[in-house]
Amino acid sequence: MRLARNPLSDARARGWLLQALLIAALLSGFALLVDNTVQNITTRHIPVGFGFLGQTAGFDIEQSLIEWNSADSVARVILVGLTNTIVAAVAGIVCASLLGLLVALMRLSPNLLFRGTGATFVGLVRNVPLLLLVFFMYSAVLRSLPPPRASWNIARTAFLNVRGLYLPKPIIPHAGLLWLGLAVATAACGSWLAVTRRRTLRPVFFAAAALALVAAATRLQISFDYPRLAGFNFIGGLHLFPEFVALVAALSIGEAAYIAEVIRAGVLSVGRGQTEAAHALGMGRLQIIRNIVFPQALPVIIPPLTSEYLSLTKATSLGVAIAFPDLVQVFSGIVLSRVGHEIEVMLITMSIYLALSLLTSAFMNWYNGRVSLVES
Amino acid sequence: MSGSILAGHPPRLPRNGRRFLWECFASTPTNLVVSAAYVLLAALTLPPVINWLFVQATFSGSDRSACNSTGACWTFTKLYFGQFIYGRYPAGQRWRVDVALLIVAICLVPFMRGARRITWKHVLLLVGVAPVCAGVLMAGGVLGLPVVSSDQWGGITLNLVLWFGAAAGSFLLGLLLALGRRSPLPVVRVVATAYIEFFRGVPLVTVLFAASVMLPILLPAGTDSPKVLRALVALLLFHAAYMAEVLRGGLQGISRGQYEAANSLGFAYWRSMALIILPQALRMVLPGIINVLIGLFQGTSLVTIIGLVDALGVAKEASSDPNWLGLSWESYIFVGIMFFVVCAVMSNYGHRLERRVRGAA
Repeated sequence: MRLARNPLSDARARGWLLQALLIAALLSGFALLVDNTVQNITTRHIPVGFGFLGQTAGFDIEQSLIEWNSADSVARVILVGLTNTIVAAVAGIVCASLLGLLVALMRLSPNLLFRGTGATFVGLVRNVPLLLLVFFMYSAVLRSLPPPRASWNIARTAFLNVRGLYLPKPIIPHAGLLWLGLAVATAACGSWLAVTRRRTLRPVFFAAAALALVAAATRLQISFDYPRLAGFNFIGGLHLFPEFVALVAALSIGEAAYIAEVIRAGVLSVGRGQTEAAHALGMGRLQIIRNIVFPQALPVIIPPLTSEYLSLTKATSLGVAIAFPDLVQVFSGIVLSRVGHEIEVMLITMSIYLALSLLTSAFMNWYNGRVSLVES
Repeated sequence: MSGSILAGHPPRLPRNGRRFLWECFASTPTNLVVSAAYVLLAALTLPPVINWLFVQATFSGSDRSACNSTGACWTFTKLYFGQFIYGRYPAGQRWRVDVALLIVAICLVPFMRGARRITWKHVLLLVGVAPVCAGVLMAGGVLGLPVVSSDQWGGITLNLVLWFGAAAGSFLLGLLLALGRRSPLPVVRVVATAYIEFFRGVPLVTVLFAASVMLPILLPAGTDSPKVLRALVALLLFHAAYMAEVLRGGLQGISRGQYEAANSLGFAYWRSMALIILPQALRMVLPGIINVLIGLFQGTSLVTIIGLVDALGVAKEASSDPNWLGLSWESYIFVGIMFFVVCAVMSNYGHRLERRVRGAA
């Protein structure tokens, strides 16, 4: 017996109609935009196509990890910008994690002074825009540093002054680099096994890593190129420009507040009963941290920590405000103002960030699947 | 366990005053040493800071020469105060900004009385009526008010305008996206998911860049899109994705029984959402919404990058003003305080709500 005659009172028909309408609306909106674009392009003679990627860039980039000269192609600009973004992100992640761990420990400490300082830091930093920190670091803090001749130094090897940070630059022969790589890779495998709780093979990997490290040390003969003062400035060594130092400092401070909260939440998620029970069993403090708190807190910490790392990576794009040559600054800034091609440039920039994010979240989904399965 | 660091929870502290001090500062030798070192460090660093901020600082005078080099120059922030607040909004018309803020503040009052009393009428007043009234008042051109071009909007006013407009818009768009992502209709679900994942995957800076360079190409030739509007669109589209994820969390937290009960009462989709599901879900995720709003407010400072002069932009301009050279510490600290006050008030409100939500659950 069918009561519904009117197709609109049938839920399935309504669903189909709604979806058809949505598709039609999206398509017509898209067509409208394309139509506008085509009109604008023809009336204003805006060049189109990806051919500009092959042109010579014709401008200098002061800081670049890979070889760069102004005769290189625009496509290489992307590469230079991306490496700078990644270097800033990695440096930021390392510093932010260390600082974040410190702040988390302070907030978990029984000492009220420590806890107060940690809480103040978190409260202060989280309520101030990150970009303000970047500007503050760059135009207030770094500008107030002494000139090169009066640099702050650590044992006359690392120097901080108004022109940036000068560090000793390690010079590593290629043969040793291979061993070093091997050591890092095996150690990473070992730690990975530890994280995924297959601990039986872990000692083997760490032994192999240690061996490779020894081999690297004997073969390597690392020498350092130390920065030294010549006239009014430093030469040699590894020179980190003020833009880089300011950006990394600001990102580290800004993200450390969030990372501290993630770590603290993870540690607090391990019930008090757990530590008390371990204590009652006669375990020492280190033993409790290593075997009870850490393994249980880690699965809680890692997913939000990864998303903090991802947001730090995206936040490196704030470097454009202080002219740090990251992907956005060199490509969406300089290239766009020189050759135009607004749509293509923005599409490429956004796709690169999107790819980074999607890869990270794919990894996260996989990891979450693993961790929740291993739980027993 | 007292005196241990990272062995789980900090110890429960005794209520008794002297025991409390003992546990906090001197329960173990390490703790005592740490406390002493800490006090020493504070004694070394705090006096110069306080000295610079207050004791040696200058508060009066009318130009740079009034300030000395050993203390902060608050004379400068005092004289620049109007700029920091209103930007280049014409001096005679600034009362309109104040009235606009007042309208918004009045519409916010019902939200201060706790989540239980908020109704759809209040929400509509806040995200629908208030932005339109405030926007018309500020832009002018009606009721005999002279037009103030949006290029002249600036200072913390611009941050508040962008924040409020983008917040209202992203709440509505986010609501649609959240419902869309949980819709049984595959096309709707895919569109909503793609939108959310796209905007959560790119940095806000690129969205602002894209809006500022691409909108003139995408819109019909001859359409005038002011910079403020482009920034607003970018902030709105970007934060709608984050808003949607928070709201989706709330929708997922509603038990199946509520959906089924709405169905069995014969409520259709929109009615059951508006009267049964959303009121509960929104109350549950209000703290999360406030977090997004704080992020959005901080995000408005990024418009400096595309050449608008918000509070941070004023600070940047002020620190390169030839009449007031070398005062970047003062200007950034001052703007920092402005942002801090707004965000801290909001996050306190959020924490209070969170405690209340937890208490109710």
